[in-house]
Amino acid sequence: MKQQVLVLYLATSALDAPVVGWSSYDGTGRTHPTAGDGDEPPYETGVDALRDGWRLFQASQLIPPYPGSEYDTSFLKHEFFFEKLS
Amino acid sequence: MRTTLLTSVEVARFVAAGYLRLDAVVPDELNDQAVDVLEAGIPAVPYGTPLKEAFPEGSFARRLVEVPEVAGALRSLVGPDPTVDHHAVHVREPRGGEAQPLHADAIIDTRTDAFDVQLMYYPREVTADMGGTLVVPGSHLRRTNESDTGRYQNLRGQTRLTCPAGTVMLLHHGIWHGGRRNDSDQRRYMFKIRFNPTVPQVLLWDTADLADPAVAAELNRRFPWYEPATGRLEVHNRVLLWRAMTADPAFDIDYWTTRVNNRPGRVA
Repeated sequence: MKQQVLVLYLATSALDAPVVGWSSYDGTGRTHPTAGDGDEPPYETGVDALRDGWRLFQASQLIPPYPGSEYDTSFLKHEFFFEKLS
Repeated sequence: MRTTLLTSVEVARFVAAGYLRLDAVVPDELNDQAVDVLEAGIPAVPYGTPLKEAFPEGSFARRLVEVPEVAGALRSLVGPDPTVDHHAVHVREPRGGEAQPLHADAIIDTRTDAFDVQLMYYPREVTADMGGTLVVPGSHLRRTNESDTGRYQNLRGQTRLTCPAGTVMLLHHGIWHGGRRNDSDQRRYMFKIRFNPTVPQVLLWDTADLADPAVAAELNRRFPWYEPATGRLEVHNRVLLWRAMTADPAFDIDYWTTRVNNRPGRVA
C-alpha cells in the first residue's frame, strides 16, 4: 500500500470552502506533480475531495495572530491534507 | 536618452500585483545579439555597483536598460541612479531540469517603505511548454522566507509566463516565483538584474493621474488565490505602501486603514 497525498488550500477555515491552491505528492511513483503544473484545481471544495474518496488526516489550526503582527500576511492559512492508499 | 515614465495607474498596478510586464519592448536588434552575449556571460560586478559603472556605455546590458520603456519604468520604481545588486543569466535546458520550488529571492525582506526591483528579460519567445517563469500575482507583501513556500505547487490565478521575444518583467523583491520545467526542445534564456534604489521611492513616476479613481481600483484588486479575509489585509498593506510612495498619510481605500487607527483623544 502506497500513500498519495493531496493538499488543498481553502478560502476559509471551513472544509466546504472553495479551493484556492493545491499540491499533490504521489507515493506510488505513477505521477510526478510539480510546481506550476496546472491552472485548474482538482476539486472545487474540500468536501468535493471527501466525496471522491480522499481521507482528511490533517487540518490547519486556527491560531490567533501574534500581537503586533495582526496585519501581516504570510503563508496560506487554511491547509488541509488528504490521503488515498493504493 | 528618452524615457517613458509610468503613470500612477501603472505604478498602482505594480503595488497591487508585485510586477509589471512590458511585452516585446526590446528591439530585435538587441534580441538577436542577446543569446550570444548571454552565452558568453556578462561580467559580474560587486554588490551595490552604480548602474553606470556596472554596465559601461555601449555594453549589451546598458543598452537593455536604456530601452526607453525599460528606462522609464525603472526610473519610476527605483529612481535615478540605482545600484546593481547583482545580475545573472538563467538558462533552462531542453527537456531538462526540475521546476524550482516557489520562492522569493534573497531572504525575508520586511521593508514597508522601500523595495528592490528585479528585471527579467526574455530575448526569445517563451511558449507554454518552455517552462516560463511561474509568478504569483499579489504575493510580494507576504512575509515568508525564500523557499519556505515550496510546498505550494499551484495557486489560483498564478501566471505561467508565455511572452513574445524582447519582453521585460519588473518584479518587486518579494514576489513568489519559480522557473518551471522546460518540456520543449529549445533552450530558454532569461537575464535577471536586481536593482537597489538610492533615493526615497516617492512620486518618482508621471503623477499627472494621481487622483484618477483607477489608482484606487488597481490598489483594491484581489487575486483568485487570496483567502477573502487575508485579501483585505493585503489591501491594507498596499495602502501603507502607497502612503509611503506618495507621502500622503491620509490615503485610504474603503476606510480599511483609517478605521483601525481611529482612537479619539489618545496619543501614541
